[in-house]
Amino acid sequence: MTATAPRGTGAVTPGRGDGGPAPRRAAIAERTLRTDRWWVQPLVTVVVLVLFIAYSTFRAFQNAYYYAEPYVSPFYSPCITTRCEGDSFPEFFEGPSWISPALYILVLPLGIRLTCYYYRKAYYRSFWLSPPACAVAEPHGRYTGETRLPLIGQNIHRYFLYAALVFNVILFYEAFASFRDETGEWGHMGLGTLILLVNAVLLFMYSISCHSCRHIVGGRLNSFSKHPLRYRAWTWVSKQNARHMQYAWISLFGVAFADFYVFLLATGTISDLRFF
Amino acid sequence: MSYDATFRVWRGDAEGGDLQSFTVAVNEGEVVLDVIHRLQSTQVGDLAVRWNCKAGKCGSCSAEINGRPRLMCMTRMSTFGEDETVTVTPLRAFPVIRDLVTDVSFNYEQAARIPAFTPKAREEDGNHRMQQVDVERSQEFRKCIECWLCQDVCHVIRDHEGNKAAFSGPRFMIRLAELDMHPLDTVDRRDAAQDEFGLGYCNITKCCSEVCPEGIHITDNGIIPLKERVVDRRFDPLTWLGSKIGRRPQA
Repeated sequence: MTATAPRGTGAVTPGRGDGGPAPRRAAIAERTLRTDRWWVQPLVTVVVLVLFIAYSTFRAFQNAYYYAEPYVSPFYSPCITTRCEGDSFPEFFEGPSWISPALYILVLPLGIRLTCYYYRKAYYRSFWLSPPACAVAEPHGRYTGETRLPLIGQNIHRYFLYAALVFNVILFYEAFASFRDETGEWGHMGLGTLILLVNAVLLFMYSISCHSCRHIVGGRLNSFSKHPLRYRAWTWVSKQNARHMQYAWISLFGVAFADFYVFLLATGTISDLRFF
Repeated sequence: MSYDATFRVWRGDAEGGDLQSFTVAVNEGEVVLDVIHRLQSTQVGDLAVRWNCKAGKCGSCSAEINGRPRLMCMTRMSTFGEDETVTVTPLRAFPVIRDLVTDVSFNYEQAARIPAFTPKAREEDGNHRMQQVDVERSQEFRKCIECWLCQDVCHVIRDHEGNKAAFSGPRFMIRLAELDMHPLDTVDRRDAAQDEFGLGYCNITKCCSEVCPEGIHITDNGIIPLKERVVDRRFDPLTWLGSKIGRRPQA
């Protein structure tokens, strides 16, 4: 027998948010009547993201084992202080030794992920439970969405995109630079080269498939027929945009794996597999 | 091949009600609406249910089936196990009139608020001209059958009745997007989308897209592009500067 509200009170929940009791709705007390395992998806999202955040935070603060000639971990690329290990690019300033070089740059990749339209869906659902799943009532009494600070700041996503595209160029540079061997001679390729290259491609696909990118290349136009090149670019980006979620996850795993591979090399746990 | 299914159907009105259990026959190939009709004709003659085309095109028979907003006429009984209890309730975001029928007038009030299509002047020969590629995006949104499932599932108004005063819901976000993207339309709806229709309330959690029976990409193709257009107008200093120096007069 289901729990129901007594006659005369109207709905119990949902709908009792900011506006008080929802008038005249069907009196159904259950938070949801869904019978499937709707909680699995937000739970998996939480577990995976927490694991990634824990790993990346540890590595960012570790300030060691991020360089194994000729590979630089993507968490430390570009390495902008003169304290960086190896012959890194571009060494702007010295900086205090107790600050990890990763901390200067990681705010930008963090920013694009944090303001990304896909990740917003993922963490609003799984961390903030707003809503935890479709047709499952959220636990909050009040909801203002992205209308005020701090969440109105999500609207600067495109600026993080611009920064991410610069990072993409740098990561490709680092990947191509790893075609040099330990002595700086060209003509080397190891498993690490392949991993850095794949990582650069995945992160580029994540950036280029972004909703803001789709808008900038052509989405803002009302007459595609007057801009055929931008229409073609928009069409291609739109196809990639349909896979934005997949790129978001695969590139997240990819960057962590690339860092872990460099960590294993730098600690001497394994040695690089040389192709030539 | 027939079997007896257990149905729980919400019965009541605005004063109150509850889920009542029924055992009802189900035949091969039937949909939930068929079973509801059998229930109505054999056991509860006064069961209120709104329906019309029974083909997924009129948007009348919207309800919640096992907690998920669905069209009753498009939900096959074969998707449930024979021993599975099927629970049917009215849309939970709107006032109930009776049993499975809700008062969806909120949506028509919102529709009336949208600034109408305002085309530019006709060409010299008296015609309007536009290319197919220019209207393809808008045409996706024209598939909307106004079943209000997206409005029902949207947590902004489903879980917060008070937000109905500030947020019109996903169906009207794509109506605004449709008009704003139209090559012949002359009205700039970006400020209105943000200030009058509450675009900022949407946190793009995509439930509207998940429940749309027409498969419209409400979030990816409608709401997010509209949000990006509002960013052009309100939050991007470079685009704003471009509009001031004449590079982007439309921004």
